[in-house]
Amino acid sequence: METIVQNIQAVPINHYILFSSIIFSIGVIGVLIRRNVIIIMMSVELMLNAVNLLLAAFSVYHGDASGQVFVFFIMALAAAEVAVGLAIIVMVYRNTRSIDINTLNKLKW
Amino acid sequence: MSLFYFLAFLSIFFAVMVILTKNPVHSVLYLVITFFTFTVHYILLNAQFLAVVNFIVYMGAIMVLFLFVLMLLNLNKESEPMKSVLVKVIGVIAGMCLLVTVAGSMRVIEISNPLVLKNPDIGLVENLGKVLFNEFLLPFELSSILLLTAMIGAVLLAKKEPNKS
Repeated sequence: METIVQNIQAVPINHYILFSSIIFSIGVIGVLIRRNVIIIMMSVELMLNAVNLLLAAFSVYHGDASGQVFVFFIMALAAAEVAVGLAIIVMVYRNTRSIDINTLNKLKW
Repeated sequence: MSLFYFLAFLSIFFAVMVILTKNPVHSVLYLVITFFTFTVHYILLNAQFLAVVNFIVYMGAIMVLFLFVLMLLNLNKESEPMKSVLVKVIGVIAGMCLLVTVAGSMRVIEISNPLVLKNPDIGLVENLGKVLFNEFLLPFELSSILLLTAMIGAVLLAKKEPNKS
């Protein structure tokens, strides 16, 4: 336990911020360059996880437990989002036989 | 100290592999490894509760859901739609611009000193449960309603329409 605490103290919070930014940007790039809906949802999960880790890091560094409770709520939200999103994807696949987002242009203006 | 940087490198590497592999199943498996490194990050931050919840919810539930849907839709490498190279390059440039903006906005923050932790066992289940059930009791109950709504919505969406056939 002591070694873990010393481990955190050796890493400044800036490095956690930079690391989370990199993971978040990878998620954004994944949303932009892929056309498979499932991989786009996985990139969204990646972004949510980057924010989760940053919230947990801030919470630990400031000695306030609220941040970790927020992470818990975000995880519940992500689970709900994935359940509904995957159900929508299954419906779309049944109707169009494809999960290419470029076929979903019915809402285009 | 070097353990964090090694883990960060692994996370970034596998996250890049998630969005670069052509095969969706490989993508899901790389995402599982990425989430595992995040779990190790939580352990390193001394947030045991979050580590366990991350392990169970993300690697147990969400990833199984993703894999199940992938297998159900019967996708493989040949049916994988790919964007053109131009769109890819533009996407990468846009993402890198976001990264530079976020990292640049970070520079105005002064370099934080490695601080002394006020309460090292803040992430234990006991402390977190006290906070969760005292201050955050109403959001906790509301999230249960949210999960119930999502469950009912998913069942209704995935149900076959009887009048169609």
